[in-house]
Amino acid sequence: MTDKQKNEHEKDIDHVTGVETTGHEWDGLKELNNPLPRWWVWVFIVCIVWSIWYFVIYPAWPVPGGATEGTGGYTQYKELAESQAEITARQEAYLERFEDASFQDILKDPELYAFASAGGAAAFKDNCATCHGTGGAGAKGYPNLNDDDWLWGGTLEDIHQTLEYGVRANNLDTRISQMPAFGKDGLLKREEINAVVDYVLSLSGGKTDGHEAQGAEIFKMQCASCHGADGKGLQEFGAPNLTDKIWLYGGDRQTIFETVYYARAGMMPAWGTRLDENTIKQLTIYLHELGGGE
Amino acid sequence: MLQYFAKQERIYPKKVSGKYRNLKWVAMAVTLGIYYLVPFIRWDRGPSAPDQAVLIDLPARRAYWFWIEIWPQEVFIFTGILILAAIALFFITSMLGRVWCGYFCPQTVWTDLYIWVERLIQGDRNARKRLREGPWTFEKIRKVATTHFLWLVIAWCTAGSFVLYFNDAPSLVRSFFLFDVSPTVLAFIGGLTFSTYLMAGFAREQVCTYMCPYARFQSAMFDKDTLIIGYDEKRGEPRGKHKAGESWDGRGDCIDCTACVQVCPTGIDIRQGLQMECIACGLCVDACNDIMDKVGRPRGLIRYDTTNHMNAAVKGGKEKFKFFRIRTLYYGAILSLVGGVMLYALVTRAPMELHVLHDRNPLFVQLSSGEIRNGYVIKILNKTHKDRTYQLSLDGLEGAVLDVKGAGETNAQNIFVPADSVGSYHIYVSADVEPADPRPITFTLRDDEVGDTYEGMFVSRKE
Repeated sequence: MTDKQKNEHEKDIDHVTGVETTGHEWDGLKELNNPLPRWWVWVFIVCIVWSIWYFVIYPAWPVPGGATEGTGGYTQYKELAESQAEITARQEAYLERFEDASFQDILKDPELYAFASAGGAAAFKDNCATCHGTGGAGAKGYPNLNDDDWLWGGTLEDIHQTLEYGVRANNLDTRISQMPAFGKDGLLKREEINAVVDYVLSLSGGKTDGHEAQGAEIFKMQCASCHGADGKGLQEFGAPNLTDKIWLYGGDRQTIFETVYYARAGMMPAWGTRLDENTIKQLTIYLHELGGGE
Repeated sequence: MLQYFAKQERIYPKKVSGKYRNLKWVAMAVTLGIYYLVPFIRWDRGPSAPDQAVLIDLPARRAYWFWIEIWPQEVFIFTGILILAAIALFFITSMLGRVWCGYFCPQTVWTDLYIWVERLIQGDRNARKRLREGPWTFEKIRKVATTHFLWLVIAWCTAGSFVLYFNDAPSLVRSFFLFDVSPTVLAFIGGLTFSTYLMAGFAREQVCTYMCPYARFQSAMFDKDTLIIGYDEKRGEPRGKHKAGESWDGRGDCIDCTACVQVCPTGIDIRQGLQMECIACGLCVDACNDIMDKVGRPRGLIRYDTTNHMNAAVKGGKEKFKFFRIRTLYYGAILSLVGGVMLYALVTRAPMELHVLHDRNPLFVQLSSGEIRNGYVIKILNKTHKDRTYQLSLDGLEGAVLDVKGAGETNAQNIFVPADSVGSYHIYVSADVEPADPRPITFTLRDDEVGDTYEGMFVSRKE
């Protein structure tokens, strides 16, 4: 047997394709050996090396109480802080101008206006949405900031002051007023309150029990000093307009009765001690736009 | 010994000249010329847009191609271009075979360029082979180092050019000379330099054989009327060495000189028939014709021809080349369809767009007067190169009042959007209506030249 013949003998060649087999056989099926290029194996090895490097540098393996931290010190918190710093740096360009600008300046400048609206919307969701809702639609006892009814005034200055010092808040300059609990404190009798409720309902065209004339007398004596002789309210005292269609606690007879009997005194924190002046300014612009402003 | 992994066989393509080689030089000059020079073409679009003819402006989210501009929401045009390119490739392939592979594919063009450099420095096939197999002398080091240096220079230029398509070309080139380039740009150039060097310098035909999916599935586009590089077996066989003056009787025209194998950039023997590795560059045709001229036999033993043609020639008949076949017709039909749709999209591209987004929370607000108010954000896409002032109007809701919020003198009659930008305004629509199901309303925004409408809803009660 020559060397060549010997080699031919050792090689198992598939007759159909002319390709050498690996010698592996299952039920008569043989595995052809179509070799991969060698560089392919190298790519595979490089990928494995890369993954080891990755395991070392980045957080990877779960261990009791967390995961390996990786030598690169990467965390998503850091990444977040970095992108926040980037955004803050981008805001710097506007902030300087914004700080010195009056409300009137801001309303005239499209860039500052957009900056204030966007910043205000974000700050609103972070701080105010808890009570007023994410869209500022409010809830019972928490004013809807989208409508055109403003308890303490809807001008930029009014909104700014409300934000800064709050309502019935723990602050010297806070907006404050006190509605008497007419029923609870015995100032009015039950039927007198019912008459006042009739009158209040009639102011906005609601259904009454027919005692509004008696109610009007009592209203003039007891309520007009804050809510006005015509019932249109006084923003100075945060006394709501009773003639419109908007009710903070509800406009049905039962609720109005409760309001008069027990009185109402909603409160809002003073944000001047919690937020910086620029944020409050942004919120002011945002809210002014949201409610259509005054 | 069984080998599970195959060593890459070194290929030293021999120099060749002829029709197809010349075509390849022309194709290389044209494609490389386009690639390197296009970023420098200027195209005036006014002060509000860049003046580079072809530019993908990622930070500003715009793409420019001469008179065509693409905004992010028109990215389907890119998809269309890709579909068009793919079908055009299928169409050409079914008629002319792998001309893309042989002449225009970047892998082919850059590999060809690199081989040209290699030949320039190290000499032709045999010299290169000798040099590689020989010992490391000073001359070898000098030649190999020069080759790799030139390769890297080409790779660097290639990478640099790529980046120019994403930046203002003249100012980026200037900043290169001032060593004032951002790390991002440098990282891209570094990566692409490396990949070009690797692919054209080392991977070469391995890309076509092992990495390229197109090489694997294009037999689906082939039929017997597709042009391929073919060896005329009937004429060539039986092959054998031939001495000058010997008779040609009883033997084939192939003198087994292996010129076709030596020039092949993928290192195959075309005489074994159509193979997946063949990129149809036609260099073997040039090489064989050259030999046939020398031994005094007719050209075309290896030729660019269809299978049907070759078979017909054997029988002595002549068959016409069939351009119109079911395959080419339906590729052509799809091609014109997609092309038509794209053309329509481009021709009817609106110079402005209006989008109205209804405020989600709250959906509506009751005002103190009892009126209902809905809030919307309107987005205005001003795609023209002119600052524009639009007027907004509303149909479908009686007595509705429009209030547009914005800085300065903004109102429904005065909505300003600068050139080439998106304007965003918060608007209110209030009307004295009874609570009912959502009412369909139509917003119209226009100035004296352009306009757009948007169908919206006016909500007045909870579900």
